[in-house]
Order: sequence, then structure tokens, then C-alpha cells
Amino acid sequence: MEQETLLSVKDLTIHYITDDGVMKAVNGISFDLKKGETLGLVGETGAGKTTTALGIMRLVPDPPGKIVSGEILWNGKNLLKVGKLGMRAIRGKEISMIFQDPMTSLNPVMTVGAQLSEVIRIHEKLSRADAAIRAGEMLELVGIPSERMDEYPHQFSGGMKQRVVIAMALACNPLMIIADEPTTALDVTIQAQVLDLMRSLREKFGTATLMITHDLGVVAEICDRVAIIYAGQIVEQGTLEEIYENTKHPYTKGLFASLPDMSSKAHRLHPIKGLMPDPANLPSGCPFHPRCDHARPECARRTPVRTEVTPSHFVNCLLYE
Amino acid sequence: MLRYVIRRLLTMIPILLGVTIIIFTMMYFTPGDPARMILGDEASEETVQELREELGLTGSFFERYWDYLSGILRGDLGTSYTTRLPVTEEIAARFPVTFRIACLVCLFSICVGIPAGIISAIRQYSILDYVVTIGAMLGICMPNFWLALLLILFFSVFLGILPPSGLYGWTSYIMPVLSISAATLATITRMTRSSMLEVIRADYIRTARAKGQSERLVIVRHALKNALIPIITVIGFQFANGLSGAVVNEQIFAIPGIGKMMVDAIRARNYPLVQGGTLVIALTYSILNLIIDLIYAFVDPRIKTQYARAKKTRKHAKPAEQLPQEVA
Amino acid sequence: MRSVEPGILEDSKKRSQFVDIWRRLCKNRLAVLGMIVLLILVFAAIFADVIAPYDYAQQDYTALHQTPSLKHIFGTDNTGRDIFSRIIYGARTSLVVGFVSLAVGCLTGCILGAIAGYCGGGIEIAIMGFCDILLAIPQTVLAIAIASTLGTGTVNAMIAVGISSIPNFCRIVRSSTMTVKDQEYVEAARAIGSSSFHIVRKHIFPNILAPIIVQATLNIGKAIIMCAALSFLGLGIQPPEAEWGNMLSSARQFVRDYPHEVIFPGLAIMLTVLACNLFGDGLRDALDPKLKR
Repeated sequence: MEQETLLSVKDLTIHYITDDGVMKAVNGISFDLKKGETLGLVGETGAGKTTTALGIMRLVPDPPGKIVSGEILWNGKNLLKVGKLGMRAIRGKEISMIFQDPMTSLNPVMTVGAQLSEVIRIHEKLSRADAAIRAGEMLELVGIPSERMDEYPHQFSGGMKQRVVIAMALACNPLMIIADEPTTALDVTIQAQVLDLMRSLREKFGTATLMITHDLGVVAEICDRVAIIYAGQIVEQGTLEEIYENTKHPYTKGLFASLPDMSSKAHRLHPIKGLMPDPANLPSGCPFHPRCDHARPECARRTPVRTEVTPSHFVNCLLYE
Repeated sequence: MLRYVIRRLLTMIPILLGVTIIIFTMMYFTPGDPARMILGDEASEETVQELREELGLTGSFFERYWDYLSGILRGDLGTSYTTRLPVTEEIAARFPVTFRIACLVCLFSICVGIPAGIISAIRQYSILDYVVTIGAMLGICMPNFWLALLLILFFSVFLGILPPSGLYGWTSYIMPVLSISAATLATITRMTRSSMLEVIRADYIRTARAKGQSERLVIVRHALKNALIPIITVIGFQFANGLSGAVVNEQIFAIPGIGKMMVDAIRARNYPLVQGGTLVIALTYSILNLIIDLIYAFVDPRIKTQYARAKKTRKHAKPAEQLPQEVA
Repeated sequence: MRSVEPGILEDSKKRSQFVDIWRRLCKNRLAVLGMIVLLILVFAAIFADVIAPYDYAQQDYTALHQTPSLKHIFGTDNTGRDIFSRIIYGARTSLVVGFVSLAVGCLTGCILGAIAGYCGGGIEIAIMGFCDILLAIPQTVLAIAIASTLGTGTVNAMIAVGISSIPNFCRIVRSSTMTVKDQEYVEAARAIGSSSFHIVRKHIFPNILAPIIVQATLNIGKAIIMCAALSFLGLGIQPPEAEWGNMLSSARQFVRDYPHEVIFPGLAIMLTVLACNLFGDGLRDALDPKLKR
């Protein structure tokens, strides 16, 4: 199944330059996303997932953030070379984003309807009334009665707000959605509803999705391919089956081992020892070596390169080179 | 909304009552005998006692407070010891001047301070930002009565273009308003700047940018209104500063307002005027705070809806949450 | 950071927290500048008798209204007193008045606020009602009214300014107490049977200290200005006592001919308040890293 590549991130490096030193948030990340595909970007808090997403949208706060190097090819066009105006035409229209915390990502003093029509009116030449009708349709689509258009965000629950955010992201039929931990801030039952909604909408519109999460359960539920990110680098990527059935990288193995397993209640969990390295002070060589059970002296000296396991499965680990 | 206004008005009553108690208590315990002061040392004890009775200075604390309070409710604030005119008349003649000064101070501070704060926040770390920040810092630290003297030195003595004292048309208001404004303007500027800085880092601003909105509209449509909400609350304080400033500065510019009247009255131990002046200032300030609370409730939908559509929301919120399935 | 319960922290950790705050404070150049100016002022106030070339009340009728010269570097006033010496002694007055009135307001306000926030109920309504009443009168007007009741003098000025600042502290302490009171660690302390006094002292107080300190440093400047204003109006500290406000008051009528008499005392007030505010701002940022940037 040969699909067209929609997004191709190549060697993306993003640093935050602060008074306390340079935070190396993203260090040479590369991945591709094909049309209609869902890629899961999985990692712990602080691994650089959100920064990567903001980098693609060119919304990294500057200062202190700086995209140091790399390429972001969107339909063959390097987004890092697109001007301000060009970026604005892409944001919300071609790529849209769902943010982590629905509580704060809606403007508290604007009605939900106004915020929805806003994105429609930015990208499509519609009258105010027509945009409002479209906004109402979008609300109905995500399961909110359109009469609630004139209400303010604080009148909605968290799950409802996230639906509004999803409606906003989908309003202009984007080619790709970046979902940055869309369910983290929600209750478990609401999480399932929102995931369901996202899956059904994706099937309906064929939108490619970059799903950023730390939740392997979410990944298993909706992703086609998975990239595991650690300390701003992708350590392993492959299809869902390859990552889940044929786990290679010690970090990925560690992630799975720290999940509670229903079938073997007797065992204790096996958390990964140690903590994420400080992005201002990354270890030399493989960033994971201080926490790795299989670390060899070499690991501290040399950064592992991308090694092919199968044509679709790559791992960055000296064990496999 | 009406319920909110009424509730707010009702809470004002005990507070104003408390203000009368405090003002009365303070004056009651002020040492010195006004009757003796008015008549001088030569007057006989009888005549002094007569005057005491005439002025209502005899009787217990509660009797006198009751007289005072019932007088207020009848619109009678007593009689000035020196001029023998009703206090209400004395105040009515001077109140507009002070009120005008306080309003002009507020207006000037808002019109200059808010734009300055916004520009300073948007261009953070630019030269303009530094100029505004340093200017605001100095404005807060400068005592307004000193600034008033400096302004007299510059505009009246050095340039000779503004009258140094008295009330001769609008030019007389320029220096008092400028000197009192220094601190209020600085406060509003600083508040606007920090509020704006906080708002432009908010998630919903990022959302607006992610929609592809232009930077200018992100600021105007999304940031501004949110940033102004906390500023509305400080405007009340600034009005209080305007009134306080007027009390101090009217003395310097010899402007016949309530402030000068009060300070002169304190020196002459003319208590009814001090009491009346304080009460009128407190009343003005309370009414203004009420207006500001109403504006606040009107601007912030979180408060507005709480009162306006309380019933409607309750009906909707829950059921909608539970019908998510009919998608696609 | 404040969610960490300092009561259970070990000594070393407490110290490192303090060191942390100190380090953050020192990084802020403006705060350091404010601190240095304040230290110089405190030094001048303590050693005023040594530093000042003349006594603050020493009149010299052969040298009235002198402009700055080598003999009198800030000139002399209408009774021939050396302005520089009076400003040095004025630092003593202003700092003492500023700190004492602050202490009066801060202590009373904190105690009332803590009681209101912790006890709630009728006591809270009574205390907050009292604050609302005081707040209904603009602060300076309130101070003027109190000063007129108490009469002139240093102590009375301090009390007047102190009382007028009670509601500010009371409100802040009450709201912080209320937030802290509902934290889990306070509930935990209550669950293991700690007494109310113990809870307030060990758990609540350390956690509301930061907002109190910040409010206090930022209020010193205000207190100094207000005392100066009272003296300026003739309701506070009286001459020949050296106080910047009353220096301005007596120099005021000569502003036309002898502007230097007005300029220097005002500069002294401004510099002091500026130093207090810069230091206070820096302290606030250092105590609350979340607000940084």
C-alpha cells in the first residue's frame, strides 16, 4: 500500500535558550506521516513531544525557543522557509492542532460559537451568518447541540470543551491534525468518548493525525504507527504491531514493563529506574544509557544511529547495530 | 443581573453604617473642647456650656451618635463651627471640584496607562518597554505633593504658563491632575503590562495562533479583553488614590475643594466639616466601587452568566455530556 | 514550591530553600541595587550623628536660604539649618516611621486575617466587615482622619498609617490561610489530632509567609510616603524634628526663590521608596519562581 507522504520531519532540533542554560528539548527528530495515517508520538513528560508539535506549527515561543536545524517538509514544501503569512494560511486550514488542556485552550470571554466561526472566517470567504451556521454544524458533529453556540467556555465541562476544540480543529477540513495529549486532562470515561469521537471523525474525513501521548493504551487504540521519543530523540519507530509485538529498544521495553498487567496480578510493576535527564544537561552518547540495564561502556561514548530491523521498523540502539 | 445590583446595593448599607460609626467614634474621642475653642479663654463657663448644648456636644456617646446618624438620614451633617453654615452647603460648594479632579485623574490614567502597558507588553524587552517600565517605577515612588511642587517650579516659575494656585478655569486643573496622576498612571500601566504579559502566554492565545489568526487580531480580539478584566478592579483603587491625592494637593494649589476644606478644618478643630468630608468621600468611593463591580460583572462572562442565565445553564449542561455517540 | 510542607523539611533542605531564594534575588540586578541603597540608608540612619556635619536642629541666622556650597552641600533652609544633615537625620525618622507603622499594620492585619481565615463563621464575618468598612475610606483620607483624632507627633503618625494599612494585610492573610487550610497536608495534620494552634503555627504560617513578606516590602514605600504626606500637611511629625515631609512643607512657600530646599528632601523620599519597591519586586519574583517572566 504505497501512500503519499504528507509530512516529513527531518533532523529537527529545537532548543530553549534561557538564563539557566540551553534546554535541548528536541534533538534531531525525523519521522514521516502519510496521508490518512495516524502516527503515535509516545514519550514521558518532558521528552520533547509538545515542542516537536509546536515546531511543526511554527508556534514555538521565541524567545526563548529556537528551531536550530532540520527540515519540516509539508507536501514537499519546507515549512521552516515559509513566511509568516504563508504559515497563517496553513495553520488551522491544512494543519490544525488540538491542545492538551481543554480548560485553558478556549478563550474565556468569547462565546464558543464565536471562537468556532473565527477559524472558519479566517480561512474561508463566508459571511458572518454562514460561518455561524457552519459552526453550529461542527458542534452538532462533535455531539454538542448547536443551541449552545452562544454560551461561554466556563459553561461547558472539560469533555465538552475538548469536543469544541476538536470541532475547531476540524472546521476547515485540514489534511492533518496534531493532537497533543488530547485526553490527558480528562476523566477516564470522558477519555474513551473523546477517543471514540476522534476515531470516527478520522474515518469519516480521512485526516492524518499526529497523536502525541504518554499513554500506551491510547496508542494501541488509535494509531497505525508509533514513534517512541526519549530526551528529544526518537529511539524506536515502527508499525503498531512491530512496536507492541517485537519491542527492540530497552526504553520501549521498560515502558511496557511499567504498565500494570491484568493477566499476571502476582507480579510487581517494573518501573524504569532513575529519572529523565535534564534537557539542559544531557548525558553523552546514548541519552538512555544511565538508566539502561543493557548499557555497555561504549554507550556513553557513541550516539547510536538509526538501525533497520524491518523496512518499517527502526531502532536507535547499539545493541542492534 | 438586577438581583446582583440589588444585592450589591444592600451590602453597601452596613458598610456605610460602619463608616459613620468609625467617623463618629474618631471625632468623639478627639481631645479638645470645640465650644471653648470657638469662644476663647475669656468666655464664662456658662456661655461655653450653652454653646456646647447648642452644638450637640453634651449627652452620652450613644445619644450623640444617634443624633448624628438621624441627622445624616435627614440630610443634615451638622453646622460648621467657624462659618455657622450647614456642612452640607459647605460640601456642596466644594465637592464638584474634588470630584472633577478625581475623575480627570482616573480618565487620564486610563487613557494613557492602558495603551502604554499594552505596547510595553507586546514589545517586551524593547527600548520602549524599558522606558515605560522605568517611568512607571518612578511614578509610583514619587510623592505626589513633591511632584506638585516640581510642577509649580517648572510650569509657573520657570515657564510661567500655568497659574500656581487658585481656581481660574481649566488651566488650574492641569497641574493638580498631572501630579496626582503620576502614581495612578504608573499603577495602571504596570498592571496592564503584567496582565497582558500573562494573557499573551495563555493557552487560548496559542489556540488563536494555531487557527491561523493574524498577530494583530490575536492581540485585539483575544488578548485585550482578557487582560482588561483584572485592570477594571484596580480602577476603583485609582479613584481612591485620586480622591486622596486631591485632599493633599488641593492644599498646595489652594484649590477650594473638599480636601483643602478638611485639612483647614482639622487645623481649626472644626469637626463637623471633617466628619462630613470623610463621609462624603467614603460615599463617593463606595458608589464608584459599586459601578465598577457592575462593569466587571458585565465584562466577565463568568460572573455575568452566573446571574443572568443561571437557570438555563443548569438545564443544559448535564444531558448534553451524556449523548456523545451520534457522531458519524 | 510552596506546596511543599516546610514543617517536615530537614534543616539542610530549609537552608537550601533559603539559599535558592537568595540566589534568585541576587540574580536580579535591580533588586540588588535596591538592597544596596536600603543598606546605605539604614547605615546613614544609624550613624546619623557621625555622618551629618551639623545637628538637625542647629539654626544659623547668618546663613539663611543658602544655595548648595562646599560648606552646606545641599544648602540651608529658612532658619539656616543644614539641609544635608536634616536629610540624614530624616532617614532615621522616615525608616523608623515606615517600619514601625508597617509592623503595626502588618501584625494586627495578619493576626486578624489568620483568625478570620482559620475560624470562619461569625468571627470571619465580623473581621472582614470591619476591613470592608476601613476599605470604604480611601487609605490616605483614613490616615488623615485618624491622625487628626490622635493629634500630631511621631508615634501618632505611625499609628495612623499603621491602622489604615490593616485591611490590606488582613485580606491577603485571610485568603492565603483559606487556600492553605484546605490543602491535604493540613487535613492530614488535623487527622492525626494536632491542635489548631499547632496547625496554624507549624503548617499554615510557613506557607503564607511569602505573600506576607511581599506585601510588607511593597507596603513600606507606601507607608513612608503616607507619613511624609501627613507631616507635609502638618498632621504628622512637627519641626524642628527632621522629617522629609515636614521639610518639604516648610520649604514649600520658598519654592519660587529657593528651589533646592524643595528638591533634595523630595529626592530622598523618592530614592528610599524606589529602593524599597525594587527590593520588594525582586523578593516577590525570588519567592515565587512561577511568576518569573
